[in-house]
Amino acid sequence: MSSAMASVALLTPSATSLSLRENSKRIGFGKKHGHLLFKGKASGRVSMTVAVNTSRFEGVTMAPPDPILGVSEAFRSDTNELKLNLGVGAYRTEELQPYVLNVVKKAEKLMLERGENKEYLPIEGLAAFNKVTAELLLGADNPAIQQGRVSTVQGLSGTGSLRLAAAFIQRYFPDSKVLISSPTWGNHKNIFNDARVPWSEYRYFDPRTVGLDFEGMIADIKAAPDGSFVLLHGCAHNPTGIDPTPEQWEKIADVIQEKNHIPFFDVAYQGFASGSLDEDASSVRLFVKRGLELLVAQSYSKNLGLYAERIGAINVVCSSSDTAARVKSQLKRLARPMYSNPPVHGARVVANVVGDPNLFDEWKQEMELMAGRIKNVRQRLYENLSQKDKSGKDWSFVLKQIGMFSYTGLNKAQSDNMTDKWHIYMTKDGRISLAGLSLSKCEYLADAIIDSFHNVN
Amino acid sequence: MASEDHSHGGSVFANVTQATEDPILGVTVAYNKDPSPMKLNLGVGAYRTEEGNPLVLNVVRRAEQLLVNDPSRVKEYLPITGLADFNKLSAKLIFGSDSPAIQENRVATVQCLSGTGSLRVGGEFLARHYHERTIYIPQPTWGNHTKVFTLAGLSVKTYRYYDPATRGLNLEGLLADLSAAPSGAIVLLHACAHNPTGVDPTLEQWEQIRLLMRSKGLLPFFDSAYQGFASGNLDADAQSVRMFVADGSECLTAQSYAKNMGLYGERVGALSIVCGSADVAVRVESQLKLVIRPMYSNPPIHGASIVATILKDREMYHEWTIELKAMADRIINMREQLFDALRAKGTPGDWSHIIKQIGMFTFTGLTSEQVTFMTTEYHIYMTSDGRISMAGLSSQKVPHLADAIHAAVTQH
Repeated sequence: MSSAMASVALLTPSATSLSLRENSKRIGFGKKHGHLLFKGKASGRVSMTVAVNTSRFEGVTMAPPDPILGVSEAFRSDTNELKLNLGVGAYRTEELQPYVLNVVKKAEKLMLERGENKEYLPIEGLAAFNKVTAELLLGADNPAIQQGRVSTVQGLSGTGSLRLAAAFIQRYFPDSKVLISSPTWGNHKNIFNDARVPWSEYRYFDPRTVGLDFEGMIADIKAAPDGSFVLLHGCAHNPTGIDPTPEQWEKIADVIQEKNHIPFFDVAYQGFASGSLDEDASSVRLFVKRGLELLVAQSYSKNLGLYAERIGAINVVCSSSDTAARVKSQLKRLARPMYSNPPVHGARVVANVVGDPNLFDEWKQEMELMAGRIKNVRQRLYENLSQKDKSGKDWSFVLKQIGMFSYTGLNKAQSDNMTDKWHIYMTKDGRISLAGLSLSKCEYLADAIIDSFHNVN
Repeated sequence: MASEDHSHGGSVFANVTQATEDPILGVTVAYNKDPSPMKLNLGVGAYRTEEGNPLVLNVVRRAEQLLVNDPSRVKEYLPITGLADFNKLSAKLIFGSDSPAIQENRVATVQCLSGTGSLRVGGEFLARHYHERTIYIPQPTWGNHTKVFTLAGLSVKTYRYYDPATRGLNLEGLLADLSAAPSGAIVLLHACAHNPTGVDPTLEQWEQIRLLMRSKGLLPFFDSAYQGFASGNLDADAQSVRMFVADGSECLTAQSYAKNMGLYGERVGALSIVCGSADVAVRVESQLKLVIRPMYSNPPIHGASIVATILKDREMYHEWTIELKAMADRIINMREQLFDALRAKGTPGDWSHIIKQIGMFTFTGLTSEQVTFMTTEYHIYMTSDGRISMAGLSSQKVPHLADAIHAAVTQH
């Protein structure tokens, strides 16, 4: 106590400027606590500050830009009029404009008219949202839902839902690891790293066939320790666009059952792959039908265009309703110290659209239009590539791949060439977002791809 | 192996137990289940009108109308750090628009999920980048603080704060405990309207705390959830923070718009880190992005857009200050009414702390047995530490509450 008083006495408000060195000598704190020139009365403002080598955070290094989200930043800085942003998976119209769905606008107007309040949601989120979300994923008549075996907790879009699941895995399955596809969405590894969940990769993309390395995938899943979590993309695999066939899904389910693995689906593109919401959920439903317990992280960013509202869910399908209730209670315990309770706006939009038969039908139509535009663009790009490339390279993978992305097979140097020479922005793994492509730009893109592929190593 | 466990039907989740309800949010859960017409929810700190209804501020409705009816608005991902305008305006709101720290570009501000999210991101950043991994929190403090910081990777210690004997600040204990803290340790400070006690240091006491912390190189981490709600004046309620920043110190500040703009469910807040130099601030911001991206990628747009719309428009800002003052005044009025009611009944004890304490909450001093009694017999819901939310009280409910307190105190 007395030393505190002594220190206080030395720094009386009426003291005129004390240099940093004088302070150090009298009070004896080191350079790293770096306090600055103090001048004038305590309640007044200092008119000058000094900050050389005195920050506690001096050792903090500059982090690299995010490999996916950083692409858009770089795109914005480019002044060239030919520039094209094929980085992040955000849907664009043919005019390359962002798109707010009509059903979303209608829902927001309805919400405004009703004048709903802004009270805290429960930790697990909006009940109406959770209900329609599980039903959208599994089908309203799914026995798992009717038996109360599905625990659904609203999360911050796909990322937030994956993170909650990862935190749950870390706490309750500390000896288990997650198997992730090679390649996978760039942020998956970050999520598991930050949640301290170990992971390893299973073979997925075969560059020779530009298709699925099915045997490698099965072998790696078999080789993993029993009871591992297997991260599966429900549809429209990101970044490759390569999905297993229904037969292959059955075999994957067989192996997972054999090994007592726990399937962990990431469903970010339901509706965007084939255009049909039900068809795109068939992989998940297949596993549920077998009686497997599993996790599913869902996102409404793309299919309802609600990117910035951060709306999604983590679903855990359990063997009993009692288990589902317990699991839900523990997911809540993880959410509370992260953000307390989730944002209400996006949840209400979803509940209004998915929960209203008319808006839901209208949504299905808009969904088909969006998915349809991407299919058209794939077709045009494929035609341009085939016509313009005289080397005889097989570009049909563009047509076979599914969803927003195409994995071009371009390596980093070639991807850099796309950007540096052609002002086409994409991720360095060779992934392009077809959602950001218009029919009118397909030719330009084809030229760029052909050039990068053949002239750059 | 989970599959060998038959007691739960062979579930892989067999060892997952039922968690208890969150102690604060669980109060509302219990309240909702109660069928009694007399029931009163004084649990969670959400403002209620005199009629007992939730309130959406007029200026918030207006801002929302503008946003929803604007055909040029899109829902593209925000940057990881959030809405730029919102961040700048939030920093100005808490630090003052003339703050040298802002003018010198020394403040890294990132939009987060309300107060909780800002505290969590700040805690994670410190756990990764700061050499001292212990945070000192006041005793008592908001129930969620310990969990937030622990899961962020910090270890949590406490410093004395509340003196039950005086129902005021234990300044001597506070200064002693902070003196004993290792140099450079992180110290959580409630910027105003301390939760749950409502006991705030005076400006002179803040000055003593500031000087001590400065001499020990302790790092302040402000939790500002009630700016404008404590006194009714936004600048007055930011004095503690501004005092610390004024001497050039580095600090962290978690801001929430849940209460002062009534945006509870929208989850709007900001984390600001005041750094020693602009260069450090740039690097710090880049590292904050690495914390956020694997947590939820980027923050939600709706609430932040509402805040930015209001803060950047002179007239709307002014309207906000008026509505905010009205809320703060109603709470002060409830304090006076409750105090008067207890005095009129001759309820034993000194109840002056009801009118001395500041902000949404009153730390009644009731024991957990007395609290249980009040819930069971009078259907009054509050947290077991005796904290009541004055924001949930109305004139017509004051007599019922006074009766309940009187009965609890005289019968237990």
